Amino acid sequence: MSQHVVPPRVYFAVFAALIVLTATTTAVSFLDLGPWNTVVALGIAFLKATLVVLFFMHVKYSPRLTQIVIAGGLFWLAILLALTLSDFMTRGWLPILR
Amino acid sequence: MADTAASAAPTGHAGSRDLQHHFDSLEQQRDASSLGMWVFLVTEILFFGGLFLAYTVYRSRYPVAFAEASRHLDITLGTFNTAVLIISSLTMALAVYSAALGRRKAIILFLLATMALGGTFLGVKAVEYTHKFHDHLVPGAGFRFPGPDARPAEIFFSLYFTMTGLHAAHMIIGIGLLTVLVLQARKGRYGPGYYTPVEVSGLYWHFVDIVWIFLFPLLYLIGRHLH
Amino acid sequence: MSAVTAPPAVDLPAEPRVNYLNSTYGLKSWLLTRDHKRIALLYLASVTVFFFLRGLFAVLIRLELLTPAGDLVQSETYNKLFTMHGVVMVFFFLIPAIPAVLGNFLIPMMIGAKDLAFPRLNLLSWYIYVGGGLFTLWSIVHGGVDTGWTFYTPYSTTYSNSHVIVTAVGIFITGFSSILTGLNFIVTIHTMRAPGLTWFRLPLFVWSHYATSLIMVLGTPVIAVTILMVGVERLFHLGIFDPRLGGDPILFQHLFWFYSHPAVYIMVLPAMGVVSELVTTFSRKNIFGYKFVAFSSMAIAVLSFLVWGHHMFVSGQSVYAGLIFSILSFLVAIPSAVKVFNWTATMYKGSISYRTPMLYAFGFIGLFTIGGLTGMFLAAIGLDVHVHDTYFIVAHFHYIMVGGTIMAYMGGIHYWWPKISGKLYPEGWARFSALVIFVGFNLTFFPQFILGYLGMPRRYHAYPEEFQVLNVMSSAGASILGVGYVVPLIYLIWSMRYGKAASANPWGSTGLEWDTPSPPPTENFAVTPVVTGDPYQYSPEEVEVVG
Repeated sequence: MSQHVVPPRVYFAVFAALIVLTATTTAVSFLDLGPWNTVVALGIAFLKATLVVLFFMHVKYSPRLTQIVIAGGLFWLAILLALTLSDFMTRGWLPILR
Repeated sequence: MADTAASAAPTGHAGSRDLQHHFDSLEQQRDASSLGMWVFLVTEILFFGGLFLAYTVYRSRYPVAFAEASRHLDITLGTFNTAVLIISSLTMALAVYSAALGRRKAIILFLLATMALGGTFLGVKAVEYTHKFHDHLVPGAGFRFPGPDARPAEIFFSLYFTMTGLHAAHMIIGIGLLTVLVLQARKGRYGPGYYTPVEVSGLYWHFVDIVWIFLFPLLYLIGRHLH
Repeated sequence: MSAVTAPPAVDLPAEPRVNYLNSTYGLKSWLLTRDHKRIALLYLASVTVFFFLRGLFAVLIRLELLTPAGDLVQSETYNKLFTMHGVVMVFFFLIPAIPAVLGNFLIPMMIGAKDLAFPRLNLLSWYIYVGGGLFTLWSIVHGGVDTGWTFYTPYSTTYSNSHVIVTAVGIFITGFSSILTGLNFIVTIHTMRAPGLTWFRLPLFVWSHYATSLIMVLGTPVIAVTILMVGVERLFHLGIFDPRLGGDPILFQHLFWFYSHPAVYIMVLPAMGVVSELVTTFSRKNIFGYKFVAFSSMAIAVLSFLVWGHHMFVSGQSVYAGLIFSILSFLVAIPSAVKVFNWTATMYKGSISYRTPMLYAFGFIGLFTIGGLTGMFLAAIGLDVHVHDTYFIVAHFHYIMVGGTIMAYMGGIHYWWPKISGKLYPEGWARFSALVIFVGFNLTFFPQFILGYLGMPRRYHAYPEEFQVLNVMSSAGASILGVGYVVPLIYLIWSMRYGKAASANPWGSTGLEWDTPSPPPTENFAVTPVVTGDPYQYSPEEVEVVG
């Protein structure tokens, strides 16, 4: 845990960015971008989350261990999603042999 | 051959009432508290993760139905709530800042603001849930969905209620945590030497905000561009 | 790590003095304790209760299976018996036993700390465990659950008429006990090691508990949310796994096994940590390949999360996913094999003493190897398709959980008993019990491999006549095994009052925990030790200290 005290102006800047990104994601959702709608929406969400994690949660100023812990959690979620989807995405690839 | 020698430094308090007896220093205590909260947040990632998995599987299976169902959610209230939570994260961060500087009144002010915003969020959610109930969109015997995709739409709403319900439960716990912090702050407990509980509760609060940052587009924004 | 060349006289005296057992008296001092050692004993009492409860179910199961006809109990009752046997065994004994009893007691001592990082959370863990247990007990008393411990949907969500919700709530609650224990261990090991105690000087018991804690923290939340979904579906008729709504029951299985496979490593990794301690002490030799053993624990923790689909080869999962899971399942055997090789290499040219803990360690190594090898057979889809849901599977996992984990648990309890209680157990009776357990175990479960291979399905209370001989052998073995477990209960309790007083280090072990008196004082160490060397430094000139 850092004793680094983040100056409020950083918080306000991040806050402004988050509000702008929220407005953006809502507005963009009304445009038809085909499959890119989902990509953009998730991309913006990741960006917002990253800002919160780095600045509001001080991870930018935190020890390496904290970053490893977070990366680990996300990686494990990725395992859950990827391996389960490997089942659902490949169902029906192989025809049932008679 | 391995050896141990008695340490020259006897264990004992750093002299602070904030130091728990089994820790050797305030810094060790702080590191432990922070790591503990981060490990806990990882468990929360996996906890919500199971629901995100269910969502991903079903959305990829029934994209049209999910988009249809999503349009029945109120985008204005959803966007408003997202903004409310972002403001609450700001006030929470400022509460931690105030605690680091030992400004008692500011700590309490920002904590109360965060709680009020959290309460607002919950209020809006209650309104939304009531609307869903009146529109017969609560899964179960009373579920009515126009169109051919009623069955997968019911899955959407099952996930909607479970995910937002779980999120709301976490908000309520968060507000409870902040209440405790306010009571402690009034007694002047927090200052530059010791404000760990505020910082650690802040981590929890921001995490709950992040969950909503993902829930919002995944639940509310799927099908807006169609029709 | 302790100066073990010293003869017994330098050992701290065993006369009564203030220690963690007698420092304060009264029920409140125990129920509101923050001392990790007392909490460990609270857990010891509770897990023992659950152990014998599940034993009761096991007795009834084996009695039923003495005859081919389903004549002792009805099939619905039988379903409840094996379900409750599994639920109690998995969630209320195997997962908590070694970590919450031995881990809680020893980890702070092994790292030179006064307690875990979060003592109150530790106590809360125990209360949560007991709370969850009470929910489950309520369910048992009112007729139990019949879904199998695996709770597969849609039976559990829609069609079962048994107390699914209450049992599910019990398991959900107890899961948090596991999460909090794991969290506590991780933070403690990271932040509270004594000066000089670098990661590669940690005892392997600590490494294996660290790896276990990672699994607890990463896996348990997923089963918690899965149980939540099952409960919500059953109570509020929300359809997530409901096929009538287009839901997929296999999604439940993915979520369930994402935790429940790593869970079996939660059960076996701490046992492996115990075995590492036993093998080094009773061979009086440094562990062979310390870093390999340490890293193998971490490898097991990571790989364990990548193999869960091998429980679902015949469920309707896609063949391609099955292939991926099959290959990964072969991989996960490698780190376990590394450990077995390293333990064996440790014993080579060691000075082996056949005390009771070592007998249990031998039992573990042999039986775990058999169980693990049969696991390799099961990783091959072609074979698994034939033996899935037969007694082959039952035998496989009992070899690991009973032949492995419970053996190690017994070995660990005996090894650290002098430290925990300040008394010595009677060695003669202890060796006798260990042998009885070994014989009883093999007689119970080896025939089950054959039965499964011959095609007897699991979870059936009636079976074709030709399987009776093997079933009778299995039931006979179970009764012997039962005796083997009851005898230690008796002499361990007896020893608390009448046993010979133990010195600080009756085995002549290295390790910080042996540097304290038996039993230790509440604060473990009067001054925080400083570590200057590697663990397991047994020197050849040592005199073996006889306890």
